[in-house]
Amino acid sequence: MPVQSIFTISNMRPLAPGVFSMTFDAPEIARAAKPGQFVHIKCGHSRPLRRPISVCDVRGDMLTVVFEVRGAGTRWLASRAVGRKADILGPLGRGFDEPDGKMLLVGGGLGVAPLLFAASRSPGVATAVLGFRSRENAILINEFEGVCEDVFTVTDDGSRGLRGTATSPLAELLRSGKYTSILACGPRAMLSATAELASAHGVYCEVSLEERMGCGVGACLVCACATRDHGEDKMSRVCKDGPVFDSREVVW
Amino acid sequence: MADMKVLFAGVEFKNPVLTASGTFGFGREYAEYFDLSELGGICVKGLTAKPRNGNPAPRIAETPMGMLNAVGLQNPGVDAFIRTELPFLRAFGTRIVANISGESVEEYAEMAEKLSGSGVDIIEVNVSCPNVRAGGMQFGTDPAAVSEVTRAVKKRSDVPVLVKLSPNVTDIAEIARAAEGAGADAVSLINTLLGMRIDVNTRRPVLANNTGGLSGAAILPIAVRMVWQVKNAVKIPILGMGGIFSGEDAAEMLLAGASLVAVGTASLTYPNAAISVRDGLADYLNTHKIGSVTELSGGIILN
Repeated sequence: MPVQSIFTISNMRPLAPGVFSMTFDAPEIARAAKPGQFVHIKCGHSRPLRRPISVCDVRGDMLTVVFEVRGAGTRWLASRAVGRKADILGPLGRGFDEPDGKMLLVGGGLGVAPLLFAASRSPGVATAVLGFRSRENAILINEFEGVCEDVFTVTDDGSRGLRGTATSPLAELLRSGKYTSILACGPRAMLSATAELASAHGVYCEVSLEERMGCGVGACLVCACATRDHGEDKMSRVCKDGPVFDSREVVW
Repeated sequence: MADMKVLFAGVEFKNPVLTASGTFGFGREYAEYFDLSELGGICVKGLTAKPRNGNPAPRIAETPMGMLNAVGLQNPGVDAFIRTELPFLRAFGTRIVANISGESVEEYAEMAEKLSGSGVDIIEVNVSCPNVRAGGMQFGTDPAAVSEVTRAVKKRSDVPVLVKLSPNVTDIAEIARAAEGAGADAVSLINTLLGMRIDVNTRRPVLANNTGGLSGAAILPIAVRMVWQVKNAVKIPILGMGGIFSGEDAAEMLLAGASLVAVGTASLTYPNAAISVRDGLADYLNTHKIGSVTELSGGIILN
């Protein structure tokens, strides 16, 4: 059951320019959260719309999210000091199915955050491919190395790891035949390319989508996305039916 | 404890706080957060004759103390509502207000006929949606069209008819009088105000639909003023809405002349907003030693 309450910020650290990791002492949410789910954070009195942010890590009562300053709301959140309070609703949405077998995690930019939570649930099992614009934007690589069997880092400019995008090494990895599932989160172009490769190799693939949200609980219908159910197109809600979808359901 | 019951257009409400159409779906999602039977009533998501997919995303943009939306009446259609949503809602023993939008006068009337006898308590005629090309606000900004739609719906409806007014007009009192003259049992106001936001980096509107409806705390003073103007123009009761976040906001709307209030955008911020408003209103009544909420309606003392 999701809860809406006031929680204390227990830790905060910058990960990259404009990107922050923030931890809340939020037992009710931390204990219920599943990888791929998100929390909806109120960012100041004058802003009625909460900001949806994926859960990145859970330890006991502590809930960690990673976010980028994109506007006034996230700037407000980034300015909150440790010890201050935040109004959080969550955990929300449908997370990853956490399938058995070898997982291939494909993350782009901030999209790597929820994948770390998925990887840490079954340590030593997953392979992660993490794509960033350049070295200075690369985040959470050490954390992934701590919980994954293999980690491949890719940057657009080749300043860290391989040069290319998160999908560049995928075809070769999939040819090994050892992966039974792909979990992906990142820019839409990366997700659709991942879905296509997964389909070509017959591997089950889940993607986490992003859309501007309102209520976060499935009622207001603003975060609509087109999906296909048994051959029929319909409108789904990213906040409630997702944010994680079977990649075959998404109308790319 | 103050008496919260209200008799409105012949229908008894256990308390004066409803949820506004389009902000509460068909109640299923919020049933996870509180007991829906605690509500005075639920105005369901706007229904159309046929299912609609709505507008492309993004459908929402934040504004200072408010938001713009352009959902575009995404809904499963009136038949699916009656078949699959209404039985669920009926089980809670709260009043159900069916909100309808037509592309023609005949479509409004046909929907009203289908909903009559279905178990809804009131039909709310939406002539004020700013986010659809056909129907919606095109009717609500013309007194003659409001009158025609109201008359057609009244003729085919066996439950009270509430007409939801648009604030995007020069004189909302004139529109309210047209609804009353055509037989409306009550009016609800206000729907959203037409607005727009532009991303200055891309020079493009934030909403895919370019424009959308403004709601939230920012519009409360406009809603209060319009409720007061309409109260002075008609004798039928008013369901007041627009930016209500607290019990005191609700009291303000009632003092301006509303008999019931609806909570909309606040539910997007706080899932249990309507319950907080109800409890806050009860506290206000008790603090001010007001025996019944009905004593508050129209109780404004002008300067």
